[in-house]
Amino acid sequence: MSQKKAQLILEDGSRFSGYSFGADMPTSGEVVFNTAMTGYPESLTDPSYAGQILVITYPLVGNYGVPGFETENGIPLFFESDKIHVKAVAISDYSFKYSHWNATKSLDQWLKEHNVPGVFGVDTREITKIIREHGVMLGKVAIENAPEPAEFFDPNKENLVAQVSIKKSKRYGEGKYNVILVDCGCKYNIIRCLMRRDATVTVVPWDYDFTHMEYDGVMISNGPGDPQMCGATISNIQKAMNVGKPIFGICMGNHLLSIAAGANTYKLKYGHRSHNQPVLKVGANTAYITSQNHGYAVNPEQLDKDWEPYFVNLNDGTNEGIRHKSKPFFSVQFHPEATSGPVDTEFLFDDFIKMMR
Amino acid sequence: MQQEKIKKVILLGSGALKIGEAGEFDYSGSQALKALKEEGIETVLINPNIATIQTSENIADKIYFLPVTPEYVEDVIIKEKPQGILLAFGGQTALNCGVKLYQSGVLEKYNVQALGTPVQAIIDTEDREKFVKKLDEINVKTIKSQAVTTVADAKRVAGELGYPIIVRAAYTLGGLGSGFCDNEEELEILAQKAFTYSPQILVEKSLRGWKEVEYEVVRDRYDNCITVCNMENFDPLGIHTGESIVVAPSQTLTNAEYHKLRKLAIKIIRHIGIVGECNVQYALDPNSEDYRVIEVNARLSRSSALASKATGYPLAFVAAKLGLGYGLHELKNAVTKSTTACFEPALDYIVCKIPRWDLGKFKGVSRELGSSMKSVGEVMAIGRTFEEAIQKGLRMIGQGMHGFVANKELTTNNVVQELGHPTDKRIFVIANALRQGYSVKDIHELTKIDCWFLDKLQNIVDLETTLEQYDAIQKVPDETLRIAKQKGFSDFQLARIIFRANNENIEEKMLKVRHHRKAQGITPVVKQIDTLAAEYPAKTNYLYVTYNGTAHDIEFGEQSAIDSSSPNSVVVLGSGAYRIGSSVEFDWCSVNAGNTIRKRGYRSIMVNFNPETVSTDYDECDRLYFDELSLERVLDITELEQPLGVVVSVGGQIPNNLAMRLRKQQVPILGTSAEDIDRAEDRHKFSSLLDKIGVDQPRWKELSTINAIYSFVDEVGFPMLIRPSYVLSGAAMNVVSNKEELEHFLTLATSVSKQHPVVVSEFIENAKEIEIDAVAQSGKLVAYAISEHVEFAGVHSGDATLVFPAQKMYVETMRRIKHIARQVAQGLNISGPFNMQLLAKNNDIKVIECNLRASRSFPFVSKVLKVNLIELATRVMLGEQVEPPHKSVFDLDYVGVKAPQFSFTRLQKADPVLGVEMASTGEVGCIGDDFSEALLKAMISVGYGIPRKNVLLSTGDSRSKIETLSAAKMLQKNGYDIFATKGTADFLAGNGVQATVLHWPDQSEQPNTLTYIKEKKIDLVVNIPKNLSKDELNNDYLIRRGAIDFNIPLITNARLASAFIDAFCRLSKEDVRIKSWNEY
Repeated sequence: MSQKKAQLILEDGSRFSGYSFGADMPTSGEVVFNTAMTGYPESLTDPSYAGQILVITYPLVGNYGVPGFETENGIPLFFESDKIHVKAVAISDYSFKYSHWNATKSLDQWLKEHNVPGVFGVDTREITKIIREHGVMLGKVAIENAPEPAEFFDPNKENLVAQVSIKKSKRYGEGKYNVILVDCGCKYNIIRCLMRRDATVTVVPWDYDFTHMEYDGVMISNGPGDPQMCGATISNIQKAMNVGKPIFGICMGNHLLSIAAGANTYKLKYGHRSHNQPVLKVGANTAYITSQNHGYAVNPEQLDKDWEPYFVNLNDGTNEGIRHKSKPFFSVQFHPEATSGPVDTEFLFDDFIKMMR
Repeated sequence: MQQEKIKKVILLGSGALKIGEAGEFDYSGSQALKALKEEGIETVLINPNIATIQTSENIADKIYFLPVTPEYVEDVIIKEKPQGILLAFGGQTALNCGVKLYQSGVLEKYNVQALGTPVQAIIDTEDREKFVKKLDEINVKTIKSQAVTTVADAKRVAGELGYPIIVRAAYTLGGLGSGFCDNEEELEILAQKAFTYSPQILVEKSLRGWKEVEYEVVRDRYDNCITVCNMENFDPLGIHTGESIVVAPSQTLTNAEYHKLRKLAIKIIRHIGIVGECNVQYALDPNSEDYRVIEVNARLSRSSALASKATGYPLAFVAAKLGLGYGLHELKNAVTKSTTACFEPALDYIVCKIPRWDLGKFKGVSRELGSSMKSVGEVMAIGRTFEEAIQKGLRMIGQGMHGFVANKELTTNNVVQELGHPTDKRIFVIANALRQGYSVKDIHELTKIDCWFLDKLQNIVDLETTLEQYDAIQKVPDETLRIAKQKGFSDFQLARIIFRANNENIEEKMLKVRHHRKAQGITPVVKQIDTLAAEYPAKTNYLYVTYNGTAHDIEFGEQSAIDSSSPNSVVVLGSGAYRIGSSVEFDWCSVNAGNTIRKRGYRSIMVNFNPETVSTDYDECDRLYFDELSLERVLDITELEQPLGVVVSVGGQIPNNLAMRLRKQQVPILGTSAEDIDRAEDRHKFSSLLDKIGVDQPRWKELSTINAIYSFVDEVGFPMLIRPSYVLSGAAMNVVSNKEELEHFLTLATSVSKQHPVVVSEFIENAKEIEIDAVAQSGKLVAYAISEHVEFAGVHSGDATLVFPAQKMYVETMRRIKHIARQVAQGLNISGPFNMQLLAKNNDIKVIECNLRASRSFPFVSKVLKVNLIELATRVMLGEQVEPPHKSVFDLDYVGVKAPQFSFTRLQKADPVLGVEMASTGEVGCIGDDFSEALLKAMISVGYGIPRKNVLLSTGDSRSKIETLSAAKMLQKNGYDIFATKGTADFLAGNGVQATVLHWPDQSEQPNTLTYIKEKKIDLVVNIPKNLSKDELNNDYLIRRGAIDFNIPLITNARLASAFIDAFCRLSKEDVRIKSWNEY
């Protein structure tokens, strides 16, 4: 084996030995697992993973390589942001040879280009079980012949949203509906989904007060880390509620809208990161399979009386969305924009647009 | 919620196992029945397949061993007055029957509701033209095609589309009558044949080389949809999915492709209106996201059974609940028991399904793979690398291969030709090509198999090359050894590569590898299949073994005891892939052994790898190892589990063959000792035992020179049965009737030498063949069942029609057989099940075979006798003192008949003649008040319709002619029109039976046999081969093959033909009693 040896070291002291691929570079971050079976180019560029070491439970990774960086309307066709956001990736079996018509490079090469390390040959199922039992943990990647990082880095102590958010507002498309997109770590597919529905999307920084602008609706994006760090966004949302135009939040957007509506958030033991999370529309027999990526959840009990739970997780009963009883404000904990994952709830974008009519 | 008014439901089974419709429907039906039972609904099952689990006690409330045909189902509906019927759990047989019942108004007339998917939705998916129209409505692309009803139209459409084209017949099983055509001549031949199966055929543009991907989709009445699993075919479009290696989940699809097809699948299931489960098959362009929908199966299928086993998601169980009106969100995940059934399993492993073919059993069959199915079974291997999964799978297939490499040499004459025209050996041709230096790209060009798969196969070959550098296991670096194990190399493969071990010393070397590797800490881990990739804690007992991991998911030893008062576990070794000679009957035995072990307070551990079975349902045991039945893997498992013992006698020959090898490694074998099993298996040892106890057997010798064979022939005379140990071509066993045939066989089919001796036995003609299935305890006979064959000896017991209790046997013969059984049981000190086959001529009885294990007929005789012989045998093996059943249970006032099911229609060009090699793929067992009634039910169940008017007789040699004479007379008396070939007609005329002469196929005169067959003017063909040799005259072959190709019932045995004709002449449909099992 010509690959350098590498280790994934967890906070509890357990060590998993494998081999290095991608950048031969030690690192540290919060270790999380995702049970999705496809979509590594999308996941790795999802800003919500900022600060995290991603363990992919599906053992065979890299099979279809990595696509090229072609863009359309100023957005890359196949990625969710312009760079890889994970600190590192840990997998079981890496496919050195890839095969796909739209691939231009291997995962190994792509990680190297972005200076992101990877570890393969580790028992990802065992790591997952440890995290499941113990809760999320910090971790380190150590590489043969390189000094092991001395400290565990805790990304939750930083304002990750501020780090990944756009610095200056940017406009996409020329559509009928004027949508403000508050970028807490936005995935590009939210922009794509809105543009496909005849919207002009103005992406603004996470703490930008957009309420003085002309708009038809506000979208609060997904993003990494602890929602409590985003006080500025929360107060802007509260102002926007007074404006009364439609508001739609996704993931971090659900946290922030919920806090603005009086509720609290708390950290889940190990979060929801997968493509197979079932949610039920509250009060109906309608269930959807959703793509999720979050470590915090909303406690809907303290919601103001004008608000109600919209969706609930069928597996563990956690909140999956809220809505205002009379005004056009709603948010969901899952990812209706998918990429990666199932697209069953994309209709929520239609609902949002309809509210602007 | 559930519909209140449904109190009683009929479920239609799939009948006998056949190619394209096998054990998977026992699994789906059993699951559905469990689901109904849980709701307190009374269940009625119609299925003549007596060897299944679903037709066992406590699964359905009532069981009818009757044909799954509209007439019989209607009779049962009249008698049982059910409110609902389930059509989706018995394959195409049940679906077709249900559609007919709906169309003829029977369901409406008796107020029976089809539960689940509405019948109209089924019709919309089955009729190709309606199907395409239906998908056009929602802008979903189908393969551009046209339905035609004449050959001329087929040619016109093909001309418009441009060749190559594919022809498909509507309403058929597993692609019957389908195929590719490169030109008009090929189309003419194929279309003609397809029209005999179906009034409508579909001509479409070929998309050969596109990826083939399937989704299993579930929908409830609230319109909630999930896709439980997707699967990708290793072999691209052009090879039937049943013939293809398949992996789950898909491996070469991006997220965009995966979810594009998933979204379409949900759109389709909603538009069609399925309630329950369906399967959507796609062709996906390997160079873009373009796709076509190939077909939708609005029922549980082979793929859905595979998906259930691949994911742990019980599709059939859930589909049945949805049919009762539940929503997905109202059901629980059966594995975690805490989360919801409304989710999509996340796998953290790869499964690889590989088909099992038995084409070597058939003479003349085409070995090329194409768009119709020929495989008789399949295996599923689970691993955490593709290399691990496929190498495991190739071993599981059980045809002497040890993985992808390190196999016995396979000669490929022309790699390019063989890669381009795949046969059942394709995967090994790829191995040869890689070893010969063909690049992945070259092979991809020829096969269109995605390079990702080929690159992984290249990894295996590269690793083999690396390992070849070493000549001692100690010299192999631990890291390399570990990687080899992670890539699925077995100890056997390593022994062969490193020690260049030959067959004589391989076992020793293999154990050396094992010993070394264990000393270095290179051992596998046991992982769970939990549907959620470890996201939630799951108490699942569904396990596999892998080298790609560092920790076990479960605990072993004392901590693992579920109940401290019963810390002992017992391992049951299952039967492996279904194949000719070993199928669902051994699964029944395995499941019953497991259930008995549990009932007696032990933990049952099942090892098996066949996704089509009930034994691999994790509900059926305390721990299920979905893994290899090899010495290496069984040792891995027994070393971890430390069981009380291993049961090797209920899973057929695979576990039986492991007995001695396990014993040598100090693994405790329950029941009859391994040494005694060996004494029965070893021809010489068994023979001397028989001599010692004074039991007769046909004379035989193991010979290693041609001259010795000739002198043995001089001693005993013709005909002779020859069993070579090394076969050059054709079948392994053969009967030769004269010197010419013997010479022909010895020079063309086999090689004779000291290394490859030939066993030659005396072949006794016109002898009765008798079977005894029995259980003994410490050498004492406890229970037994004696049955007889309708056919004379010479037809393989698996192809014979079995009657139990024997109806035409001398009391003295019976008594002597019992006596022999007692002597053998004592001589071999049997504790457990055993089976003997005997010949009786006059009162001369000879033993021809003895197996110290359960046999194919155990479920049949157990169910007819209503004494579960496997339960009894298992209790014996657990060391309990059992009481013999009361004598009165052996005194039955009804008769059971077991009849074979053949699948010759699918095996193009194969000669549908019976001989000493088994050819049937399944069987049924029916019960009647007398022999004729039971036979009639059984024959109808395996597809023999009662002829309307015209019967063709061609009755072979004079003995057969005499044998069938009274049947011919009955036909005449009952107003049938008899047609016959010249000799037969002359013979009949001389005996007062009028027959119209039809000329032989090679004659140009009309009326001709072949024309009558092609024009379907004949309703039953009786063609008796003239001698025992397989080298039949071309004419007879053409008649037989014609009957098969044009779907006309064919009988090739004089005694069976007489019995069947006698039965349908004597009994009318009204005489056949509609009685459930418990009414006998």
